[in-house]
Order: sequence, then structure tokens, then C-alpha cells
Amino acid sequence: MNQFPWLTVIGLIPLLGAVVLWAVPGIGSRAKEIALGASVVTLLVAVAAALQFNTGGTEKFQLVEQHPWIPQFGVSYALGVDGIALSLILMSVILVPICLLAAWRDLPEEQQGRERHYFALMLVLETFMIGVFAATDVFLFYVFFEAMLIPVYFLIGQFGGPRRQYAAMKFLLFSLAGGLIMLAAVIALYVQGPGGADGFLLTKLAGLQMTESTERLLFLGFFIAFAVKAPMVPVHTWLPDAAAESRPATATLLVGVLDKVGTYGMIRFCLELFPGASRWATPVVIALALVSIVYGALLAIGQKDLMRLIAFTSISHFGFIVLGIFALTTTSWAGSSLYMVNHGFSTAALFLFAGMLMRRNGGSKMIDSYGGWQRVVPGLAGVWLIAGLSCIALPGLGSFVSEFLVLMGTFQRYQVVAVVATTGIILAALYILLMYKRTMTGPKPEGLDHVRDLSPREKWVAAPLIALFLVLGFFPKPVLDLVNPAVKTIFSSIKVTDPGPMAGTVEGSTK
Amino acid sequence: MTAVLAGIPAAFTPATINFGALLPILVVFSAAVIGVLVEAFVPRQSRFTVQVSLTVAALLGAMLALAAVASKNHVATAGMPSVDTGLVKGAVVIDGPALFLQATVLIFALLAVFTFGERFGGVGADAFTPMAAAVPGSVRETEAVRGGALTAEVFPLFLFSVGGMMLFPASGDLLTMFVALEVLSLPLYIMCGLARRRRLLSQEAALKYFLLGAFSSAFFLFGVALLYGYAGSVYLADISAAIAQPDSALTGLLVPGILLVAIGLLFKVGAAPFHMWTPDVYQGAPTPVTGFMAAATKAAAFGAILRFLYVGVDLAVWDWRPVLMIISALTMVVGAVLSVTQTDIKRLLAYSSIAHAGFILVGVTALSKAGLSGTLFYVLAYGLTTIAAFAIVNLVRSGGSEATHLSQWAGLGKRHPWTAGIFAFLLLAFAGIPLTSGFTAKFAVFAPALANDTSGSTLLVLIGLLSSAVTVFVYARIIVLMYFTDASDDDVAVIEPSPWTTATIAVGSVLTLTLGVAPAAVLDVVERASQFIR
Repeated sequence: MNQFPWLTVIGLIPLLGAVVLWAVPGIGSRAKEIALGASVVTLLVAVAAALQFNTGGTEKFQLVEQHPWIPQFGVSYALGVDGIALSLILMSVILVPICLLAAWRDLPEEQQGRERHYFALMLVLETFMIGVFAATDVFLFYVFFEAMLIPVYFLIGQFGGPRRQYAAMKFLLFSLAGGLIMLAAVIALYVQGPGGADGFLLTKLAGLQMTESTERLLFLGFFIAFAVKAPMVPVHTWLPDAAAESRPATATLLVGVLDKVGTYGMIRFCLELFPGASRWATPVVIALALVSIVYGALLAIGQKDLMRLIAFTSISHFGFIVLGIFALTTTSWAGSSLYMVNHGFSTAALFLFAGMLMRRNGGSKMIDSYGGWQRVVPGLAGVWLIAGLSCIALPGLGSFVSEFLVLMGTFQRYQVVAVVATTGIILAALYILLMYKRTMTGPKPEGLDHVRDLSPREKWVAAPLIALFLVLGFFPKPVLDLVNPAVKTIFSSIKVTDPGPMAGTVEGSTK
Repeated sequence: MTAVLAGIPAAFTPATINFGALLPILVVFSAAVIGVLVEAFVPRQSRFTVQVSLTVAALLGAMLALAAVASKNHVATAGMPSVDTGLVKGAVVIDGPALFLQATVLIFALLAVFTFGERFGGVGADAFTPMAAAVPGSVRETEAVRGGALTAEVFPLFLFSVGGMMLFPASGDLLTMFVALEVLSLPLYIMCGLARRRRLLSQEAALKYFLLGAFSSAFFLFGVALLYGYAGSVYLADISAAIAQPDSALTGLLVPGILLVAIGLLFKVGAAPFHMWTPDVYQGAPTPVTGFMAAATKAAAFGAILRFLYVGVDLAVWDWRPVLMIISALTMVVGAVLSVTQTDIKRLLAYSSIAHAGFILVGVTALSKAGLSGTLFYVLAYGLTTIAAFAIVNLVRSGGSEATHLSQWAGLGKRHPWTAGIFAFLLLAFAGIPLTSGFTAKFAVFAPALANDTSGSTLLVLIGLLSSAVTVFVYARIIVLMYFTDASDDDVAVIEPSPWTTATIAVGSVLTLTLGVAPAAVLDVVERASQFIR
């Protein structure tokens, strides 16, 4: 038994950094360095914690901590991770320093005074992100789930683009409306459970006997909140606005990490706690996932705004992740879990490189204001292309493995669905390559001689991301090793087995 | 004639009174009476200091008495021992909920008196007019101001009101409850009309409050009469016993009686459709009074509602619960929806207080121990946040008077980061965001309602959650104004508060945070307090 509270410490370091930034006067000029330092320390401690994690362990959760928090309500402060949660935490703590580095010059000179707020809010967000993935108490999860909104709300509303008020409000209302429905389900779940002073623990709530209608209602309460978060069509409309109006670093954390809470929640809560109701809802969810994949991709093709385009590509990719989760095969789950990590990195690359481009072009997000830029900034154009290719799952880059696994796993159960989903890949090639063509190719634009290529700081942002693409593309085994035991545990606990090998008669197959 | 006399005992027997249990209330009332004498005899220049010190001393003394003496005397007192059983049927019942709410009211009062006494460097309390009797804008008023007049009589009035609030949730019979209701209300009516600035608005508010309050008192009394007709007694214990053994001839009186009494009580908490006075009165009253009223009146009145419903007529739950659920749903919806269109911060907080009354009623409808403790927790959490919020509203000024129009709050976050930051935090607490007391409190009232497991209460909780989502929009809009909008009006400024006001704001905000992050200790207290003596 591990006594050191690893997860609490990982969560506390960024919070401490934020408190220092806010509380210590005259620290404003060093805000960036302190924030980056805190996030790097977090990363190191998280890596140390990951080394303590035993991938062959038989327990459901490792690195567990449990203390009573509000015993009157049955709430415990309980943390713990399985492979899926740990991989997401690692992704988050890797992304935060990269984002902070990318956000180094986000604020203009005259707003230096606000810099510490900007960086402190990012650190607070990191704390909540770690907490939300590490919580093994439903109530605690909910607390982090909702509390996370506040720093993002301020990050968008205070530091965003011209329509930031609208975007921040829309983001908050969509998320809170979903969250409040979930709150009703959270309370009702406790009532259904064994109750008592630690009645909100996940382990106590799994495998409850409920009437069919209760289980379905509770499932819906959770699922709606996660669908808003994920975001799935038709409750996705907040994402393009929020992403387009926030700074690239904020958008990265928003889309790359926050939205993962939605898909993670589907695994952890919807399927684990309500397996029966999940099966009941599967046809609808899979249909919505397919719509997300195709519709998101089509809208991405039509976008004129870089940030909105990236947001729509994410909606398409989240469709794949949800598809993999609800296809309910070990292969598709491994694919979805891996996809969550890969998507985080490839979206980060797209958003952050787009941010670098935008800074060089007077902040313009419009695609048609670019053109021929590969002659202006060849280095940036190169990494931009790699990020794009990772996004469309080129073999050898991270997303390929995960997308392939999702499709393969889905095919085992739903052949037609998998075939339809593959159109998403073709459409993805279209939106990324069209975007590259419009921004980078063509004659060299006039009057951009002063524009410099990647600065050393920006290279430091790009290098780890590209390295991660390649590593996860050629050698995804470490992450899969982390994820697979967790998937197996969950599958055995909800009594699901993979469909057997298919016989020769495959409907809808052209083979 | 002899038949009537037969009921009268042969010799005079004094009522049994446990003075220890009543000590906190007695301390407050005697200090109020002394305060009246101070008005008469202490010279004008030292009157303010003496009154404030007396009030603070009385409140501290009452707290001490509560903690040291009254809390050890859980009794029904101030009544005759029953002929049959020897048990005292008390006009005043000091039990867990009563003690908790008395302590709550005292804490609110202490925090509020610091804001009442805020002078901002002037002679008298800044919020109150120097001479209430003078016509606004008249020569007499000007002379009074020049002569250094001040309204120190606010403080005895305040103490009377506090005393009434302490008695209200401890009333063991409906007549005592009525007397307590009037004792707490009458001084409030007067205090509402004492604003220094925008005096006509203030006087209008006072008159409106008085007229509607008198109206609701009439409802209450009529209900008491019907219940007396039904049970033959005004004691809650007797009414409960009468419901247990119904007399078919009189059952028709019960439900109207309950509803009429409930109307009188629901008026005080501002539940829809009896909420009409709230926005006008909250807006017109001096801001410290508004904060005190919003917090303490709500605590006391919910105490009375709880005692009436849980002790007096709990056996008739099937008669009143559906009505109360409808009122609760209506209150939440009305409060939340109407707050969306408000442009004045005080009116907005008034509508938000209506919505919160609805949330608290959700807990009341549960009729369980958890519902009782949830309600108690909610009134405490809400009151602390409210007093701090109104104390901040009092500080945001434009040209000397309060800048209550929302547009004047634009850009406050950039110029006054601390004030705006704390206010934003309090708004998040009102909105019920996790890690604030608002979330814990909402959970504490919604969970018992859901545990009831009827489709009605589930629906009620869902309406509550949707109303919360609406109110979030309202509070987020203010945050947008303070942080994401550039200032339009440059003369709006936060004036420097005295250490006392600062203390009120600090205590309110810190407790709002504490009750959100580590509420276990207080929840434990309310849980232990949630036991009525019948």
C-alpha cells in the first residue's frame, strides 16, 4: 500500500503556484517563470507518481487516498487512478507547461499587470483537471467538474477575443445546465446506493440493483452533462464560439483536456455505473457519434476562421472517441482511451501553431488572410503540416493507431457504422489539406519581410509535441499497457465480452 | 357562569418560567429598553458611541448567555403545567432548532450592526437620515443636518427586532408566534423608512412593507382563529394532538387554518405569490437594513415555518405538502426569471432572495430530519453571504450616494480588484458553484427532497436545478459587467470602509468559503440541533 499522497501533491503544486502569484505582491514581472516552474514541477512529480503505478496491478484503482470529507452527505475525499485516468492526467500535466510556454507573449506590454491573473488561472485550472480525473468519489468528481468552469470562464471572458463576453457566457450556461442535470442524478444515485458516510464512493455505487426506468433516468442525467462537455452534436454549439474567442493556450486546455472529461465520464460513470441503460441508449448514442463525425468534418471544411475550424475537427474526433466507447469492445476502448491522449496533443499542436501564425499576421484568424506563408515562415509551415497530418491520422503519427483501433473495434460489433465512420477520415484529409493549401501555398505575400520564423521559445513548444506524435505513432505500447488492464477490469465488472471472431457472412461488407 | 369559572384554578398559580432558557432573549430586550432610555438621557454628541457599544455588548452578552446557559436548558417554558401530566405546555420552546436559529440571528445581528454603525467619517450612521420626521428636502431637514442631528434610535429598534426574531422560531403557541412576528416586524418597518438618501423611495418602501405586512398579519390571525376553533387551543402541541384524533364536525377548519397561517409566514420569507413587497422594500430600505432583513428575517421566519409545519401540523402533511410544493416551485421560478431583467443591484438581490426562499422551501417540504437540518444550514449559509454582499453594495458609491444601477458596476474589477473579487465570489456562492457554501446548502436541501422519492419531489428538485441555471446567468452577468466590460462612468468608486465593515465582509466571505470547502463541522451541529421538543 502506497502511503504517500501522490495525487493530492500533484494537484496541490499548481494551486500553490497560483496562490503565490496572487498573494505575493510585486511578483507580477516574474509571473510567467513561476507559473512555468510550478507546472514543470507538477509534471516531474506526476512522472514519479506514474512510475509507482503498477500496470499489472489487480486493484481497480491505485495510488488511492481516502478521507472522510462531508460524512453527513456521504462524501469522501477519495482519489485514485486506473490506467485510463492516469494517462489522461499525464496528458494534462504535459500539456500545461507547453501551453504556458506558448502563452508567454499572449498579453501585450500594456497589460503586464494582468499577466499574473492569466497564468494563475491556468494553474488553478490544472489543479481542477487533475482532480477531476483522479476523483473516485462521485460527489468529489462533480465538485471538480463544476469548479473547473470558473477559471475557464474567466480565461475566456477576461483574456479572449472581441466576442469573449458572449462566448464565455454561452460556455458557462451550456456547461452548467448540463452539470445541474447531472447534480440531480448524482443525488438520486446516492439515494439508490447503500448510503452511509462514504456512500458516494464509486466502488459502493457500481453494480447497484435499480429498476430499469430509474437506471435509464440516472444514465440520462449523467450522459447529457457529458455530451455537452464532450461535445456531441446537437449540444456542441458552444465549443466553436468558446474556442474561437479564447487564446490559443486556453483553447488547447479547453478542447484538449476539459472536453475529455466528457468522454472520460462516459467511461467512468455512464458505462460503469449504468451498463444496462448504456446498452439501451447505444443505438442513439452511436447515431449521434456518427453525426458528430461527419457533420463536424463537413462544417470544418466550410469554416473561414482557423480557430473555429480546429474546434469543428475536434467535434469530429470526439465523435470517434464516443463511437469507440459505445461500441463496447476491448479494442475500441483501447482505441478511444489512446485517442483521448493523442487528440489532446494533436489539438494542442493545431491550436498553438495557429496561435503562432496569428501573432505573425496581426492576430487575424481568417484563413483567407493567409496564403503563401510557407515562403515566409518555412519552419512554422513544416510543424503546421505535421500537426495537420497528425490530426488526420497519418500512419506513423499518434492518432493513426488510435483511430485504427476505434474503427477496428467498432467493426467487430457494428460493421455498417464502422464503414460510415471511415468517411470521417476522408473528410479530415479534405479539411486539413484545404486549410494547409489556403494558408501556406501560393505566391509569397508582399510586405511580410519583417516576419520571423520560429523563435527558440516556439521551438520548445513544437518539439515536445512532435516528439510525442512520433513516439505514440510508432510505439504506443506504454500507453496501451497502461490502458488495457483498466479496460479489462471494467469489462469484467460490467460483464461484457468481445463479440467472437466473425463468420464469413458479414452484412454490409463489400469484401 | 359557574361553568365558565370551573376552568379557573382556585388559587393563582404562577406560570413556570425557566429564566435560564430565556436569558438570551431577555438580555436583548432589556438592552433595547435601556437603549430607549439612552436616547432620552445621553447627550447628543456621545449618543452614537453609547448606542453602538450597548448594542454590540448586548449581542455578545446574549451569545454568551446562549452558549453558557440556554443551551443547557432544552425546555418548553413560560406556561402552565398540564393538569393531567404535569408537563409544561410552553409559550416558548427552547430546543435544538430554536437555539440554532437564535445563535444564527445573533451572529447575523452582530455582523449587521457593524454595517449599521458605518459612518464613513461623518457624525452619525451614514445610511440613516439625521431626522426622519422632517419632510425630505425641507428647511427643517437642512437645519437638523446642520445642528448635528443623528438617528441613533435605530439601534434600540434594531435590538427589538432582533429580540422578536429570537422569539419567533421558539414560539410554542400561535399567539406568541404572532406577538414575536409583530415585535420583529414593526421596528423593521420603521428602519426601512430611514434611508439618508433617496428618502421618498425609502418612505414608500416602509409604507408598502407596513401595509402588506399588516395585511399578512391579518391572514395569520384569521388562520390562528380557525385553528383555535378546530383544536380548542393555540398551542402547537394541542393542535397536533387534535389532528391525531380528528373531530369530524370541525375538520373543515383545519386546512384553511393551516393555509392562512402559512400565508402569514410565507409573506415574511418572500415566497411567491406573496413576494410583491420584496423588490421595492429591498431597494428602498437603507442597504445595511436590507442586508440584515434579508438574512435574519429569513432565518427567523423559516424557523417559525418549520416549527409550525413540523410540530403543529405535521400529521396533516398530505394536506399542506402539495400546496407548499407548488409555492416552492413558483417561488423559485418567479425569483429566478424576474431577476434576469433587473437593472438595479438591490432589486436583483431581492429577486435572488426570492429564488433562494424557494430553494429553502424545497428542504422544508421534505418533512424529515434531513430536511430540517438542510433548511437550518441553508438559512445560515445564505445569510452570511447576503450580509457580506449588501455590505459591499453599500461601499460602491457615485457622488456620495450608492451606485446601485448595474451599468455603474461596469469595469469595477479593473479598478477595485479586491472588492470586485470578493463580490464575484459571493455571487458564485449565490449561484451554488461547488466549493462555496451555496453549493453545500443547495445539496443539503435538495438531497432530502429527492430522498422522499415521490415523483412530485423529484420534479420539484428538477425545477430547482433549472432555476439555479437561470440564476447563474444573472450572477454571471454581473461578473461580466465587473470584469469583462470597460467602465462607462468614471466617478463610481469604492469608498474606504471602516475596519468594522471590513470585518463583516471578511467574516461573511471566509465563512462562505469555509462552509463550502469544509462544512462537516457545521453540518454536524445542525444535525444534532435538528430535534424539536414537542
